Amino acid sequence: MHKKATYLIPYLLWIGLFVIAPMALIVYQSFFNITGHFTLGNYEQYLTNGVYLKMTFNSILYALIITLSTLLISYPTALLLNRLKNKQLWLLLIILPTWINLLLKTYAFIGLFSQNGSVNDFLRFVGLGSHQILFTDASFIFVAAYIEIPFMILPIFNSLAELKPSMINASRDLGANSWQTFRRVILPLTMPGVKAGFQAIFIPSLSLFMITRLIGGNRVITLGTAIEEHFLVTQNWGMGSTIGVILILAMFVVMYLTRDRKVKGGRIR
Amino acid sequence: MKRIMTILIIVLAICGLLGGINYRLNAQTNAEGSKVLNIYNWGDYIDPALITKFEHQTGYHVVYETFDSNEAMLTKIKQGGTSYDLTVPSDYTVQRMRRAKLLEKIDKSKLPALKNIDSRFMNLSFDPNNDYSVPYFWGTLGIVYNDQYVNANQVQHWRQLWNPRFKNKIMLTDSARDMLGVALITQGKSVNTTNAADLQAANEQLIKLMPNTKAVVADEIKMYMEQNEAAIAVTYSGEASEMMANNSHLHYVVPSEGSNIWFDNLVIPKTAKHKAAAYAFLNFMLQPKNAAQNAEYIGYSTPNKAAMKYLPKKVADDPQFYPSEKTVAHLQVYRDLPLKVIGKYNDLFLQFKMTK
Repeated sequence: MHKKATYLIPYLLWIGLFVIAPMALIVYQSFFNITGHFTLGNYEQYLTNGVYLKMTFNSILYALIITLSTLLISYPTALLLNRLKNKQLWLLLIILPTWINLLLKTYAFIGLFSQNGSVNDFLRFVGLGSHQILFTDASFIFVAAYIEIPFMILPIFNSLAELKPSMINASRDLGANSWQTFRRVILPLTMPGVKAGFQAIFIPSLSLFMITRLIGGNRVITLGTAIEEHFLVTQNWGMGSTIGVILILAMFVVMYLTRDRKVKGGRIR
Repeated sequence: MKRIMTILIIVLAICGLLGGINYRLNAQTNAEGSKVLNIYNWGDYIDPALITKFEHQTGYHVVYETFDSNEAMLTKIKQGGTSYDLTVPSDYTVQRMRRAKLLEKIDKSKLPALKNIDSRFMNLSFDPNNDYSVPYFWGTLGIVYNDQYVNANQVQHWRQLWNPRFKNKIMLTDSARDMLGVALITQGKSVNTTNAADLQAANEQLIKLMPNTKAVVADEIKMYMEQNEAAIAVTYSGEASEMMANNSHLHYVVPSEGSNIWFDNLVIPKTAKHKAAAYAFLNFMLQPKNAAQNAEYIGYSTPNKAAMKYLPKKVADDPQFYPSEKTVAHLQVYRDLPLKVIGKYNDLFLQFKMTK
């Protein structure tokens, strides 16, 4: 028993120093105004100033669109991957881009999407003329989805791999067609993977700031952009922390909504 | 697994060894005694040949460190524990450092070469009498345009940016004071205004510029303009000179009705340990020939009047970087505003960026 406690020390230290303490500091900071006086004004400003509410709404909307579009691409991909022969190799190819630095990938997209980039070259070649691709909502969502896709494929792939083929066989034996098998057996049993993917993408998407600036040209403003601005430019740490607290709360809400509702031994709905 | 561990350990050992050697070498040079000068400057903001020349002439060893923002430099010096003998804050930061009593008063009797500085750039609001600072470079905020898309006469004044023909063509600098400053100037107001109504009106004016705005970015403007991504950008003269060196279609305009003028200045922090060396370096950099060489290397405008005749005629007569007397008279320096007002500027600018 005593030995177990010593094993716990690194974990407790880690959680205390790098999870709980920073969160407590953010909450603490959020109660100070720009001149360093204690105040509730930051929250008041957040809740009454239309700019912040609109920004929150925008962020949630963008994050939802990004998450749903990655889901739309990832689920069929994971299904397909599971049926392939060398599935580990194919999976590796999908994970490989995550080893490349995020900033480099983003800069590569600037090269592709700019006025004289490859995409516009192609559009001109097929006679569609050049278009403004950078600094649009569409390009922002595309790049964000591209970057997040591996984090959606992985959990779905894993839960599909855990799915016993006997389940599917049983479903077929009992007379279900492919669609019914998918709808009633595969989808419910892989729901944990989808939820894990949702959590891994939705929360970071709420606070993307580098892509909003480089690809979105700051024409897309999310909560992350506002935090960056308040900490680095305005030096209004209080307001930045307040938005941070809002993001932490949003995280708890998402975790609660996507929690595992499976009851042990119970029926899976 | 075992092999990976071995390789990792070897890599770590090599890094450690090199780090140790580096530390020893640095310790040795620092130990050479008082013949050292610690300079803390912006990255790539001096001709390295001048440092070598200074070392040869005076026998001082220069230790050169760099920073990338006024705020970063200020934080580091405020925390103490540093012993920089010279650093290079911008105008409003000089004011802030002076107020925080971080600066050593400059003894002008030890700076005979100070007379070389143009009197227009002395005794400015951020440091009356130049008690604490010596101008190093100056520049402006202005309009960069690409002559493939825009005629020169279409972008001579700020208000022309609002022209509907520039729909989705302009890149703005992501800085509240600069952009609200532009709007304030078009309305004939001061860029240092603290009047809430003036600021509100300026922001409404700025929001009308949104349809023409392609992006609100910072350093990336340089890359985009060089790649012909946008027709027009609002940016600083220093950035402009770098873009123009890489793309001959680009030109820079300082609107004659006024704009921001900024200064980077040499100052001696209170924590300086080698003041004699600092004065030697200040005098060295104030020498007209050295100032001219530095200005040619960096591409910014020098405040050194005596240096002008050593600059190539093409540079010295270039109205893009040495605007006419009349234009200079309309340029305004940013004053360090109360935190509350800066917060107001930033809130309004965020509101501007939120509009579609």
